[in-house]
Amino acid sequence: MNTATKKENISSSFIESFDFAQFQFAVEQRTKAYEAFKAMGLPDAKSEEYKFAPVSKWLTKHFSAAELSTQAIAANESVKDLLNPEFAENRVVFVNGFYNKALSSITSDSKITIQPLGEAIASNPSLPFDQLNTTDPFGLVNSTLWSDGLYINVPKNITEKKPLFIHYLHDASSNKVSAHTKLFVTVGENASFNIIEKTDTLGDQPVFNTINEEIIVEENAFFNYCKIQNDAGQLTHVANTTIHQHKSSRTDTYTFTLNGKLIRNNLNIIIDGEGCDSHFYGLYLTNGDTLVDNHTTVDHKKPNSFSNQLYKGLMDGKSKGVFNGKIFVRPHAQKTNAFQSNRNLLLSEDTTVNTKPQLEIWADDVKCSHGCTTGQLDKEALFYLQSRGIPKATAKAMLLYAFAGEVLDVIKDEQLKNYIDSIVSERLHKVY
Amino acid sequence: MLKIKNIHARVEDKTILNGINLDVKPGEVHAIMGPNGSGKSTLASVLAGREDFEVTEGSIEFLGKDLLKMSPEDRAREGVFLAFQYPVEIPGVSTVNFMKTALNKIREYRGQDTLDAVSFLTLMKEKIKLVDIDQSLLSRSLNESFSGGEKKRNEIFQMAMLEPKLAILDETDSGLDIDALRIVANGVNKLQTKDNATIIVTHYQRLLDYIVPDYVHVLYNGKIVKSGTKELAMELEEKGYDWIKSEMEVA
Repeated sequence: MNTATKKENISSSFIESFDFAQFQFAVEQRTKAYEAFKAMGLPDAKSEEYKFAPVSKWLTKHFSAAELSTQAIAANESVKDLLNPEFAENRVVFVNGFYNKALSSITSDSKITIQPLGEAIASNPSLPFDQLNTTDPFGLVNSTLWSDGLYINVPKNITEKKPLFIHYLHDASSNKVSAHTKLFVTVGENASFNIIEKTDTLGDQPVFNTINEEIIVEENAFFNYCKIQNDAGQLTHVANTTIHQHKSSRTDTYTFTLNGKLIRNNLNIIIDGEGCDSHFYGLYLTNGDTLVDNHTTVDHKKPNSFSNQLYKGLMDGKSKGVFNGKIFVRPHAQKTNAFQSNRNLLLSEDTTVNTKPQLEIWADDVKCSHGCTTGQLDKEALFYLQSRGIPKATAKAMLLYAFAGEVLDVIKDEQLKNYIDSIVSERLHKVY
Repeated sequence: MLKIKNIHARVEDKTILNGINLDVKPGEVHAIMGPNGSGKSTLASVLAGREDFEVTEGSIEFLGKDLLKMSPEDRAREGVFLAFQYPVEIPGVSTVNFMKTALNKIREYRGQDTLDAVSFLTLMKEKIKLVDIDQSLLSRSLNESFSGGEKKRNEIFQMAMLEPKLAILDETDSGLDIDALRIVANGVNKLQTKDNATIIVTHYQRLLDYIVPDYVHVLYNGKIVKSGTKELAMELEEKGYDWIKSEMEVA
């Protein structure tokens, strides 16, 4: 038997042994997702989409199918020490993939529905929580094995400025954790909603965590979404976030990746109306052996919309960065403006970045641009600062902070901005 | 103040300075002139401590200390200032924050108290007048999309803030129109005292109409081949650098 067949067998026996009998809700959808996953298989090193992110390798090394299927709510009391005091006011907490009522406290406008997704489906079996079918293999794993999730419905004309903080905690102090949740949000016409999400892990056993998110942004609505990835655990995380924008809506997303083992963010935006505005910002500041892979897709289906992506990376240690940005402009999506920029600074010899813009434009009257740069700290700039009496270490910190600052500056929520800024400043030794 | 003895320097494998000797005393203004590629800017860079240049021979003493042993930041803190020929654009760092950090790092080094926001602002406003620079410019990213003249004025503004003992102006006149040139020169002149010194590195004589040097040195092939007073600059302007070149060939 050659190695390839052997691997194939590990992969297929792994997939064959999935067990989701413990979940009594959404059984039909689970079965469907599982069948699709079985047909697709785990993406290997030859897979175009996962060639730089060895999620399958990591997963089959650390988890058996039985371990992956076993999901337990049990957690050490001290897992709550991971909660952020900064975001105590309006939060929803999940522990090991299960909604935790005791740690949650929701103070959003009472007209807004915020409830565990399992419960929402139980009361309304026709809730269309997975209408934007994912084709990502780990998205399908999520749809097969998900334990719970969150359903948010913002009725029309409701503006809620206060962000809802969704905190996913994992207790990996003595056991491996397999945690899979969904988020389903509808922001109604003229409504506005703001989400901050974060994961944190206790202990150093492996954690495999997937999240599928579907967000519908109705006409003239505004959706603001921020992901804080600063997990100190042995976390492999795959997110599939799909945002469906209707006419004249606006979406701002921020993805901050500061720690973690293997982080894969699939962010898909469907611009399905005219006059939409979409802004996607990313900052990854990594060291150690963190791998962060941002895959974005912006699909301009309708004319006269604007999208802008700015992803910046500061990589140190042996960390790896991947950016893949797809922009589709459909034939009748004329007068589209779509911009994309990915800039990276490599701070050590052992870091690598793979960046790939992918633009497919079928319309002829559009303005699209993309650019990616990867380089080291500008020596001339460093010398300029030093020549004015600023010590080299401080000069370096100033330049790095200025590089990151372009993304920090655009955060609108002051509290969030201060929080991210303090982490970034500390990381970059901003002491001037 | 500054004693340059037999300096040889190279960048990669190319020798650029071939034994420079120069003595600068407090209160003096020296002009270093020379054709393109003669080593003028290299000399300025070697004084400021740019890493790309390797000094292979000779010594530089500044106020009794070995300048070549110092990092660029320590040279600045000891009182050396280089006005860059091409000031660097640094997005995301404002001139104000940059200057506040620089000034306080220098004050710390000298054992002085750091300036609080109010004293810093007061000082800044006073120095702004010297170079007639728009204050709003200073809140913007350092040199980013500044015009050539604004960049050079910003250099002199920084010089005014840091009050160096030795200022080296590297081709400060390049890219300046006559009005900007006058403003920049006026700023430099006002900063000149009996205790500090200035080295002007320039290709053309025109800046020397406004900043009058005590000594003029002509650099050619990495060596000072002629020294004199301001009349030498006039003579150069009149006869051109070919005059020096042919004289050298005859010798």
